[in-house]
Order: sequence, then structure tokens, then C-alpha cells
Amino acid sequence: MHRVVITGAGTVNSLGHNVADTLAAMREGQCGIGALEFQDVERLSIQIGGQVRGFETEERYNRQQLSLYDRFTQFTLTAAKEAVAQSGLTFSGELAAKSGVILGTAGGGVNTWDQNYRLVYEEGKNRVHPFVVPKLMNNAAAAHVSMEFNLKGPSFTVATACASSNHAMAQAFQMVRCGMTPTMITGGSESMLCFGGVKAWEGLRVMSHDACRPFSANRNGMVQGEGAGIFVFEEYEHARARGADILCEVAGFAMTSDASDIVMPSKNGAARAMAGALADARLNADQVGYINAHGTGTAANDKTECAAVAGVFGQHADKLMISSTKSMHGHLIGGTGAVELLACVMALRDGVIAPTIGYQEPDPECALDVVPNSARDADVNVVLSNAFAFGGMNAVLALRRL
Amino acid sequence: MSVTDRVIAIIAEQAVLEPSDVSSDSTLEDLGIDSLGLVECIFSIEEEFDISVPLNANVPTESNFDVSNVSLIIAGVEKLLQVQKG
Repeated sequence: MHRVVITGAGTVNSLGHNVADTLAAMREGQCGIGALEFQDVERLSIQIGGQVRGFETEERYNRQQLSLYDRFTQFTLTAAKEAVAQSGLTFSGELAAKSGVILGTAGGGVNTWDQNYRLVYEEGKNRVHPFVVPKLMNNAAAAHVSMEFNLKGPSFTVATACASSNHAMAQAFQMVRCGMTPTMITGGSESMLCFGGVKAWEGLRVMSHDACRPFSANRNGMVQGEGAGIFVFEEYEHARARGADILCEVAGFAMTSDASDIVMPSKNGAARAMAGALADARLNADQVGYINAHGTGTAANDKTECAAVAGVFGQHADKLMISSTKSMHGHLIGGTGAVELLACVMALRDGVIAPTIGYQEPDPECALDVVPNSARDADVNVVLSNAFAFGGMNAVLALRRL
Repeated sequence: MSVTDRVIAIIAEQAVLEPSDVSSDSTLEDLGIDSLGLVECIFSIEEEFDISVPLNANVPTESNFDVSNVSLIIAGVEKLLQVQKG
């Protein structure tokens, strides 16, 4: 068993187009959620989201690349470039042969599906661009990362709805830990802020019309976001030998399935995932200083998650901090765990706990320290990152300061 | 069919019951309809009457559309028909 550390991070999301801007926004408690802008938005009942703005694709990618890169791939490649640059790694020889990329996404190229359905159904065209399939496929982003950075080891995409990124990162972690490869690129991305993507979510009636207020008694639903979070996971001795800047250690993980309901969360499934991650990391519950919550802002998730935390941590639940950064960047669905891992890195490395913004009224069913509205300086050594998906599929990562 | 009969037919179908088994004071819970079933019922009502029902499943009690029992759902549909189709 090898120790695994993070040596690079990158992101694009509604709070920023890189890690520094994103963490600065989290420290300031800024909100990246606003009015959605895309074709036919006026036909939606939900018109807010954490949309990435000012991301100039023409400046980042050439015409040939854009014909192959859906928006979820564009976000992924920009974030991956930042992460790999920070790690200082170049992939060649044996390192390239062993290293791969495992990413999470729930929907893949949703914008490409949407645009091309519009062409053939609404506009009645009988011809679509030849690259529609390689552009929309769920593994497109991972494939382009492997090509961009010469990663020739195991690469694939994981889809577990809102837990996709955490499942992907857990898988990458496991590969490095067991010695299959010294490095893996991992994380996830999502971009379903288009007419069809939001229309589908509207149908469930769990979306908020005005704001994402996790844990607040007056919360009224989730708000979607978009973007990517990408990390370089590296074997500890490999990172140390080359003098890499280590952001933190990935100490353990657990995955569980509720095996009960397709959408309603389960306290037991969530609790088993948190307890399992601690056991895997050989950590005690009372060592945990911060939990980055799944915290969607729906009635069901937030009270279930708090009950699960209370169950796993007992009296220590009142001493730890738990916040949901979805209040700022929205719910990135398959990419959300990856962007939220940045808040965990910030807690461990910078001693800053990202807040839950939009918090207005205490809820007795969420009676934990949710770090309301303002970031807090705190010295934490161990953090958890929760993701609990539709389908009852849960994945929790445990990270440690090094 | 009256509005009442049409709403009851939708609820009965969702509950896998005969319309005669759905009484006006039944709650959806009595009929075995859970939160997902409620969302499906509301969808069917919107399709049947071509109206938009303002229901947020997170806060059904604050949605300005009372789903506490069958007769209140019918009353809510009649009100929306007046406002949106009148």
C-alpha cells in the first residue's frame, strides 16, 4: 500500500476559471449563481444557475478542436492544463505508459445532444456534423486529456449521477495506492445548462427558483452549476523524490449503495460511506475537522445528511464544521465532487473553511455548524468530502494535511 | 367528465386503485402515493388540463397549491383553470 497525495489542481466553474480565483471567491463567500443565458431560456420555469461566464472558447481552442470539444470537454481540458502545469509533471516513457485519466460526468456532451436534436427535430434538418458522436460521448473529455498529456495507462469515465467525480477520484486513488501507477489524472466535469438539460431537471420539481440555501430552514431546492475540477494524484514517494509541492494527502475512501430508492436519499447509506472512508483511512471520527457536505439545498438531502453525520460522529458532530459550497457554485452534478474537493484542499492547506452562503434560518433538523455565510479560519488536519447520488450511490473521500 | 372526475381518475391511476376507491377527503399518503408519485400526478394534471401547477416538491406546503387531500387538489385545479384558462 502506497500513500497518495495531490500535486496539482485545476478548475473552471462559475466562481472562477482557475483554482486561485475560485478559492478567493469561496473565501469571500461570493455567489456564482445568476440568471441563465441560452436559447429558449424564457420557456423554462427555472431560470437561474451557476453558469460559467466569460469563458472565451475561440481564444482557447482552434476551429478543429472546437468541432470535437463539447463544453464539458472544454472545461475539462482547461482545468487539466492548470492541474498538470502545477504538478510539474511531463508524461513520457514508463510514467506515460502507466498513467491514465479517470473522470466523472453524469451527462457527458449534453449541449451537443441538445443542439443536434434541435437541428433535426425543430429545424427539420436531415444532416448533422460528422463529429457529433465523438463530441457527445461520455468518455470524450477523458479521451482528450489522455491525448493532450500523453497518458497511455488506464483511462475511463465513471457515471454515478451526482457522485460521479467522487467515484472517479476514489478509483484513481485506489490505482495509485495499490501501486498500479505512480500518477493518475482525475476529477470530473459537467455542462448541462442548456434548454433540454434544465427542462429535464425542472420536471422533478426539486429546483429552486431563487437561490441555493443548504441547511437553511427556508431552503427550497437545488440550483444547477457547470464546470470541471481536475487533480493530479501521485504516489507520495514519487512526489517527494522530485520535490513536488504537495497540496494534501488522499487518505481513504468508501463507496456504498442505498439499495432502496431511485431518488430519495438514505441516512444509512450516507452514514456507512462516511464511516467507511474513515475506517479505510485508519482515522478516528474525532480527528475530522471539516466535512464538505453534499448539501444540495433540497429538503430531503440536507436533513438526511445531517442525521447521518450525527449518527457517525456522535458528540463530535457538534464540534466539526460542515459546509456546502453548492450555495456558491451550484450543483455541478457529475463534476460537483471535484470542484468541492478544492474547498477541502483550501481547508487543509490554507486553514480556511469555505462557508455555506445564503443561510437565513436555522433548521432544527440541520443543527450542525454549517459555517453560515462567512468563511472561517480554522486549523484542521482531516476532512471528508461527501457525494450522495440519485440511484442511492454514495462516495466519500477522506483527506489529510501533510 | 367533470374536473373532479378527471382529477380523481389521474390520482386513482397513480395509486393503482379504482376511481370509486378515491374519496374527496383521502390524503395522497392514505392512497399510498409518495413524493415521486405526487410529482407524477402533478405532471399528469398539467398535461390533462394544459395548465401550469406551481408546486415545488421541496416545500409543497408553501407552493400556493394545496395537496393536503383530494378535494383540495381538485379545488386548486379549478382555481388554476379559472386563472390560466378563464
